[in-house]
Amino acid sequence: MKRYAGTIAMAAMILTMPLAQAADNLVPQMQAQYQSEGAGDFSAERGQQFWRQKHQAEKEPFTRSCESCHGTDLRQPGEHQRTGKVIEAMAPSVNAERFTDAKKIKKWFRRNCKWTIGRECTPQEKGDVLAWLNTL
Amino acid sequence: MKRLILLLTLLAVPTSLLAHPILGFPRHRGVEPLTNPLYSESCGECHFAYQPGLLPARSWKKLMAPAALEDHFGENAELDEEDRLAILKFLTSNAADTTWHYKRSIKITRSLAEDEAPLRITEVPYIKKKHSHIPRWAVQDNRKVRSLSYCNRCHTRADKGAFVRAEVDIPGYRNWADLF
Ligand code: HEC
Ligand code: HEC
Ligand code: HEC
Repeated sequence: MKRYAGTIAMAAMILTMPLAQAADNLVPQMQAQYQSEGAGDFSAERGQQFWRQKHQAEKEPFTRSCESCHGTDLRQPGEHQRTGKVIEAMAPSVNAERFTDAKKIKKWFRRNCKWTIGRECTPQEKGDVLAWLNTL
Repeated sequence: MKRLILLLTLLAVPTSLLAHPILGFPRHRGVEPLTNPLYSESCGECHFAYQPGLLPARSWKKLMAPAALEDHFGENAELDEEDRLAILKFLTSNAADTTWHYKRSIKITRSLAEDEAPLRITEVPYIKKKHSHIPRWAVQDNRKVRSLSYCNRCHTRADKGAFVRAEVDIPGYRNWADLF
């Protein structure tokens, strides 16, 4: 019996794994919240434009966009423009952990919008970006 | 036999005191390998989460001020107020100058004047001196390192609080210890 105990434990772990793993994609929920803050309908096309838009900054690097760190192919990992640290792919289709943690989404919108465009993103901009990223 | 036991006990008492976490004298070698999930997820995304024992509390206070986080060495590391305060507390209550049993923390504290509060670990005189021989090509010009700030790219056990010469492995340039 002892010989099989390990196998049984493994089987039990594998069987229960999907249950523990499934985390919800929070994009619809975030978008509902943005609408309650005044945003209208969301457009993936506008989101894509916003994502690629280049902005001028007063300090180096003078040209900044969301692509500076996330890269141009969002199904591939990006690289932080300064530290070189790998940033996992943004596309939820290849990275199921994307947009599953409301606190994380909020924290990074705040940091990245201020760094990239010099101000916080509006609820409309955030909803548009998420609409686009969620199609990838 | 009785005398032997007595002798052994006499020997055992001081050795156990030596290893004592607070009263101990030859302290642990590195910095205390403290971790905290909130800290790792808030300050460990761009570089490894520096142990609190690498800077004195007065430095952490300056680094963690809201305006300082907004322009954090040219990056934005802002946090919501609740998290900021929780991390500030974690860092200051375990800072280098609160520790007496971790050798590296003590050396860091001792190399600073009481009113000095560097924003960088790499500007602490003790740390600066330890790295003064390393050439530019191995650090700034090395794409796999980029800056001395990324301790864990060379110190293979930095996450365990261990910063020992013999455990350094500079990416692209193996066996530093053999080189010099
Ligand atoms: C300076 C580098 C940098 C730039 C520029 C940048 N990001 Fe990010 N972004 C990061 C890092 C680092 C993370 C966190 C690491 C991770 O999630 O893998 C992140 C995470 C995010 C997340 C959280 C994703 C999730 O899983 O919840 C969102 C949303 C995001 N970024 C949006 C943007 C937008 C929008 C822009 C442009 C306005 C942008 N980023 C520009 C570095 C950057
Ligand atoms: C958005 C990315 C980012 C985040 C988030 C971040 N940092 Fe940094 N940090 C950096 C960069 C970039 C540097 C400078 C590295 C360089 O000069 O090469 C740095 C440097 C530092 C240094 C000085 C390192 C040295 O050179 O000795 C300390 C200390 C530090 N950060 C602490 C923190 C703390 C505490 C937090 C959490 C509140 C944090 N960092 C969050 C990007 C970040
Ligand atoms: C480029 C690789 C590199 C990086 C990055 C780096 N170090 Fe080092 N470090 C070394 C080398 C090499 C030595 C040994 C130097 C010597 O003995 O000449 C060393 C020595 C040390 C020592 C003394 C160890 C001993 O045995 O005396 C300490 C402490 C230390 N480093 C801490 C740090 C901290 C903290 C950071 C991050 C802020 C850091 N190092 C970043 C390469 C690096």
